[in-house]
Amino acid sequence: MKSGHQCMKALKIIFLSCFVAITAYGSTITVSKQGKIKSIKQAISQAKPGDTLYITSGTYKEGNIIIEKSLTLIGENFPVLDGDHKVEIFTIHAHYVTISGLKFINTGIASINDLAAIKVLDSKWLRITNNRFVNTFFAIHFSNSSHSWIVGNQLQSDAKAEHQIGNGIHLWKCDHITVDNNIVKGHRDGIYFEFVTNSLITGNYSKGNMRYGLHFMFSHNNEYRNNTFVENGAGVAVMYTTGVKMINNTFEHNWGSSAYGLLLKDIRDSFVSGNRFLQNSVGILMEGSSRIQFDNNTFSENGYAIKLQASCDDNNFKRNNFSSNTFDLATNGSLVLNSVNGNYWDKYEGYDLNKDSVGDIPHHPVSMYSMVVEQMPAAVLLWRSFLVLLMDKAEKAIPVMTPQNLKDESPAMKPYDLNTKSQ
Amino acid sequence: MNRIIKYVFYDILRTRFIIFYTALLLVSTFAMFQLDSDPNKVVMSLLNVVLMVVPLVSIVFTTIHFYNSYEFIELMLAQPINRRVIFIGEYLAVAMSLCMAFAVGVGIPLGIYGVSATGMSLLFCGIILTLVFVSLAFLAAVLTRDKAKAIGIALLFWFYFSLIYDGFLLWFVYAFADYPLEKITLGLISLNPVDLARVIMLLQLDISALMGYTGAFYRQFFGSSFGIIFSTLILFLWVIIPFFIALRIFSKKDL
Repeated sequence: MKSGHQCMKALKIIFLSCFVAITAYGSTITVSKQGKIKSIKQAISQAKPGDTLYITSGTYKEGNIIIEKSLTLIGENFPVLDGDHKVEIFTIHAHYVTISGLKFINTGIASINDLAAIKVLDSKWLRITNNRFVNTFFAIHFSNSSHSWIVGNQLQSDAKAEHQIGNGIHLWKCDHITVDNNIVKGHRDGIYFEFVTNSLITGNYSKGNMRYGLHFMFSHNNEYRNNTFVENGAGVAVMYTTGVKMINNTFEHNWGSSAYGLLLKDIRDSFVSGNRFLQNSVGILMEGSSRIQFDNNTFSENGYAIKLQASCDDNNFKRNNFSSNTFDLATNGSLVLNSVNGNYWDKYEGYDLNKDSVGDIPHHPVSMYSMVVEQMPAAVLLWRSFLVLLMDKAEKAIPVMTPQNLKDESPAMKPYDLNTKSQ
Repeated sequence: MNRIIKYVFYDILRTRFIIFYTALLLVSTFAMFQLDSDPNKVVMSLLNVVLMVVPLVSIVFTTIHFYNSYEFIELMLAQPINRRVIFIGEYLAVAMSLCMAFAVGVGIPLGIYGVSATGMSLLFCGIILTLVFVSLAFLAAVLTRDKAKAIGIALLFWFYFSLIYDGFLLWFVYAFADYPLEKITLGLISLNPVDLARVIMLLQLDISALMGYTGAFYRQFFGSSFGIIFSTLILFLWVIIPFFIALRIFSKKDL
């Protein structure tokens, strides 16, 4: 009776996962500490492609488990797979593998091999869903794989130093991956992509990672929506990529001498829209980036809202709200190749005679003192002193140091109503 | 001494300036809270008041008051009372009335619109700066017999601490930009009570911008309990030292 119930449950899951639909007639093998088949390895060796392994709760210490068949592994009450601080737990080299409801703990730590809780090599159509990872070196490590889902996993590590820990979700040379609703804490990089294309990253929560909450390079045409990056060692850094869409993400409280809400290095032809940058040392740092559209973003209580290096061109900032930032915009040169028209600046001191809620005189968002601090960091000590106030006012009247042409021609009188949360 | 304090206090109240000052602070603080919904921004605007208006009012009012009550002081000196007692009484009465004006004028709106840690340190900085500038005003007043000259000296003190010194500091940082300046600037900041109060407030309000290499150092220093004790101690020294110099001069002075 019991096995019949389990069979039904397993079948239901198989039925729901259309990925494995073609093998829906596979049989179910139950792995249980009390049952006939006690180890996962044994079950895998007996299983035929398309079978489902139903793993009941308990602790399984079986060293490195290699999966080279299309199998579905489902855990009941999060059975624990323990790597004993020595080995990689799953190495998957097969299409159509589903791993769900397992708890991985204590993988080995190595400096030559990237030991992971789940390592996927050259595979397609995988589903890694609703698993838990505790103190893993790398948690989920994909290379040269595609068309896969990484959904609803919880990753937690507590390493003390960067070299003792790998990345949470590490994707290398992948295509068409969905990374959705994962929670990553305490890894080196929360989410790390290199050569990952056409992927969708939504609703993830990346907090307290040693280095970056999100880090990608050469990963074109990906879309990031509704993710939250909080209190990561150096915030979020993305590089050498075109066609990035970042929509409705939150970058919050990334504090430190080299922490950035979002660092954009050599990013081109992208959209950054509807995001919220709150309480970061630097909201956005841009270097060598071109043709990016920034709209409907909120910058609030940052040290610098935007540091726009002079190596950036053709970027367009529109309909963003800047409020309570120490410096709204800082730059390091006088050449202006970017447009900042039509934003709301809480430091704007102009007027609106014709009541069209657009300010009549342009706003210069670069404060003189931010240029001084850029050159002499120690001068930050005099910030908010009477002297600096006078100097800033004088500079506003007759710009000498700040780039004269970097101005908002049509500043909004009232903040835009950006209901980013509800979108 | 209590009697002297009482008489001076009544005298100050009679001029109505203190009431006017309290009302001004009260109205402007309330107005700021009503204009801006973000309490942090209000504290930031109030910081300008604390760093500029409070020292100016304190120093000018005290100097003028000292000269206006010159006859009273002379009368007192004719009595068998110690000069120190008269001087300390004068000081305490003036300092207390100015501190109370500030505490009521800024403290009540802060209390109504929500007490925060930044609000409390703003109150603390305001009161300490009032005391510092009252001390400096007494020093200015005893340095010369001429009222106009004394007000000139008092204004010079204010100018020096709010403007000239910062100009010097900026020049210094600029001239020695190639050297590690953290510790030296920290020492230089301590030589100006206005700067010290400003940095204490700055670290609570603009922490993220200060997080550069330099900022991290200051944050570490002023964030530690040693840094808090150190800066408080330095501010108190700024109250006590000018006061004692003034007291010495006053005790020996031929009036």
